[in-house]
Amino acid sequence: MSAPPPSVPRDTRFTVVLTGNPNCGKTTLFNALTGLRGRVGNYAGVTVERKEGAMLGADAAHPVDVLDLPGTYSLSPQSLDEQIARDVLFQRLADVPAPGLVVVVVDASNLQRNLYYATQVIELGHPTLLALNMVDVARENGHEIDFDDLSAALGVPVIPLIACDGEGVEELKAAVNRMASERVSQKATKPELAHAVAGPLAQSPTGPPARWPSDARVEPRSFQELPEAFGREASAIRGQLAGMFPHRDRLASAEALLILSDDKVLAAHPEQYPPALRQAVAASRTRLEASGVDWRSAAIEARYARVSAIAQHVTVESLVEGENFSDRVDRVLTHRVWGLLVFVGIMLSMFVSIFVFAQLPMDALDVGVGWLADRVGSALGAGDLQDLLVNGVIKGVGAVVVFLPQICLLFLFISLLEDTGYMARAAFLMDRLMSRVGLHGKSFIPMLSSFACAIPGIMATRTIESPKDRLVTILIAPLMSCSARLPVYTVLIAACVGGGALRRGMVLTAMYLLGIVGALGMAWIFKRTLLKGEPPPLILELPPYKRPGVKTVLRHMWDRSKLFLRRAGTVILGINVLLWFLVTYPKVPPVAGGAPQAASGPVSQKAGEDAAKAVASGPLAGSPLRSDETPGQVDALENERSGDQLRHSFAGRLGHIIEPAIRPLGFDWKIGIGIVASFAAREVFVSTMSVVYNVGEVDAGDRVATAGLAETLRGEKREDGTRVYTALTGITLMVFYVFAMQCVSTIAIVRRETNSWKWPLFQFVYMTALAWGLAFVTYQGGKLLGF
Amino acid sequence: MDTLPLSSLAPGAKAVVADIRVPVEHRGRLLEMGLLVGTTVELVRFAPLGDPIEIRIRGYNLSLRKHEAEQVMVRQGR
Repeated sequence: MSAPPPSVPRDTRFTVVLTGNPNCGKTTLFNALTGLRGRVGNYAGVTVERKEGAMLGADAAHPVDVLDLPGTYSLSPQSLDEQIARDVLFQRLADVPAPGLVVVVVDASNLQRNLYYATQVIELGHPTLLALNMVDVARENGHEIDFDDLSAALGVPVIPLIACDGEGVEELKAAVNRMASERVSQKATKPELAHAVAGPLAQSPTGPPARWPSDARVEPRSFQELPEAFGREASAIRGQLAGMFPHRDRLASAEALLILSDDKVLAAHPEQYPPALRQAVAASRTRLEASGVDWRSAAIEARYARVSAIAQHVTVESLVEGENFSDRVDRVLTHRVWGLLVFVGIMLSMFVSIFVFAQLPMDALDVGVGWLADRVGSALGAGDLQDLLVNGVIKGVGAVVVFLPQICLLFLFISLLEDTGYMARAAFLMDRLMSRVGLHGKSFIPMLSSFACAIPGIMATRTIESPKDRLVTILIAPLMSCSARLPVYTVLIAACVGGGALRRGMVLTAMYLLGIVGALGMAWIFKRTLLKGEPPPLILELPPYKRPGVKTVLRHMWDRSKLFLRRAGTVILGINVLLWFLVTYPKVPPVAGGAPQAASGPVSQKAGEDAAKAVASGPLAGSPLRSDETPGQVDALENERSGDQLRHSFAGRLGHIIEPAIRPLGFDWKIGIGIVASFAAREVFVSTMSVVYNVGEVDAGDRVATAGLAETLRGEKREDGTRVYTALTGITLMVFYVFAMQCVSTIAIVRRETNSWKWPLFQFVYMTALAWGLAFVTYQGGKLLGF
Repeated sequence: MDTLPLSSLAPGAKAVVADIRVPVEHRGRLLEMGLLVGTTVELVRFAPLGDPIEIRIRGYNLSLRKHEAEQVMVRQGR
């Protein structure tokens, strides 16, 4: 039939696809195969993580790419993750190369359920190899598995592994290399396919389909004895499918089985199947129902019957099933009293250690940023360029990058909780509470991740099966106080609340709690109004506890932290440059000897007050004090001038424009600039305030960047001499930040996740309205109560 | 022999699934996880807040809400 594809360099690359159940150690194996060179990207159009990397130790002649699919229980997908895995295996994604080899990773200690999926994959007919992982755990639990028997029963090679210790990885690599080299040499001579690894299987009677290289065909096997009527209907549909989609005729048997027994597949993708097929399937189901066959369960039951027979045949039980390690741990960790105490303890120690252990590296980073700013500042002469680089770029981005240690720590904890298996227990413990607002225990994990950043949190929602629940979780995730709010809270608490560490800590905790309560409340409302619907049943595996893999955890932490850094280098950098421009231009006409830009001189408390008075004293007209300088007033004058400059600038005008909208909340136009600027990213508030209030020079030598800013904020006075940043203003501002949607990256990710602008816009509007409303209530209520 | 809902087993008790009355739209995944008619199931524990429950089937642990567990009928003893 068709000629082999032209020999392009990509063609010599050999793609290995890793697939398997969740918790089977697939990611550990992926890391062992690729070292630390794997890349994490996304599948086109969705934010499902696409992990791939070149295999270490591949021959130079035929490089091997490894693609790690999301964990999957079945080829009938229940979540976006599983759908992607299915689509890759069914060759439906244009940007994913055809698998040269599929490695099904199977947890040896949980053989039956893992084989359920493994046999589904083997039936697809790709060249397949079974990586039997965690054979050590199986042995500890008393299951002795005969690998040769298993290989014979499945018709594919079986390689036993202990991926976390690297045992068996070399053997797997050798098998992959052998296949890759056979494939490459066969490509040159174009003979029949690589049966050597795939086992002695019959050859396909049909010619090579268009999309498949001629050497990748393996005759599918079947692992179920279907009820006769069911088998007959399935093979009729198989015939139709093969006629309709000749390029994937090899997958037709498996696909026929899936679309016949899963009513969601056809309904979810009506565009992929012609109406004639849908009618044929409906007719088949009617006939099956008439003859008393349950088409939903027949295939599943038949497969489990076969799989449990295989599992029993290949396993020798050396122990009576008893309590294993995980059972003993769970006795404590899911205990009525201890379980909840430990849970609260873990959450508390997570947040406490984020603050405690991050302090030192944060201080170091801060000193580094100050040093860099000084260096660049003195290397360049005074002028706009220097000002842009020092105040706009280095200090602006630096003010955000300083928080990297906290972000890393938070992700470290989350990765640890995931990798040990505790995350599933957290969902188990919290499910009852989440169900009160109509959500799942599974929504708890995205919410927890959102404490670090709503973006990974929203990405974590892809494990939630129900689209409605997933959407609700996406909508409320940004209400959890993310790490970008932390700098805002820290500065405002220092400036407005004061008091001892306990008092500050309590206010901070209150803000986090407010976010949680807000999120749960909104979930409750959404589930009862906009997105009504019964949540699907919770079906949550509680995997055995395991020792976390250092590499896996660190990798995970770093991959996610990189996202934050990239943001600082792109979005936040852009905003800061823009902001610098808005604050600097248009310029007030320069006066002899004065430097008109922002951030030109040290700000003393007194000077700050004077500047504020000057700023508050009139409309946009020029400064009344410009012409009569006296030597003693130089400092104050400079600051008046920069205050004047700020008011004159685009940013100042913008602040004035929105002032009427925020005055009921007790905010002035300078805060307005901060709010406007941080609609792109919350943490920009801190850098904006330091640009607005000229504190750049002051805090350069300080140990903590925010101390200088907080000091300045505290000195700010209104026209009538009262403080701008009273405790009430500070708390109102924090309440605003708890609820406001101020993050372009989140909006972008919600847009991509929901595939429409409707939901991100809705989210933006509801959160902003909520923020304004609650800030209004806080401020006006506080005033009534006499604060 | 009489059947009873899975959710009414005592922690530690074993039984055999006799009937699954979970609505069809939610039944598929439950079956695919290996909870089928004829499967031996052990109720491991209730979550600290009383719901969900943890069961053991085919050598692994699975968590379900009581609501679904009430719709899985089991037969005890022999």
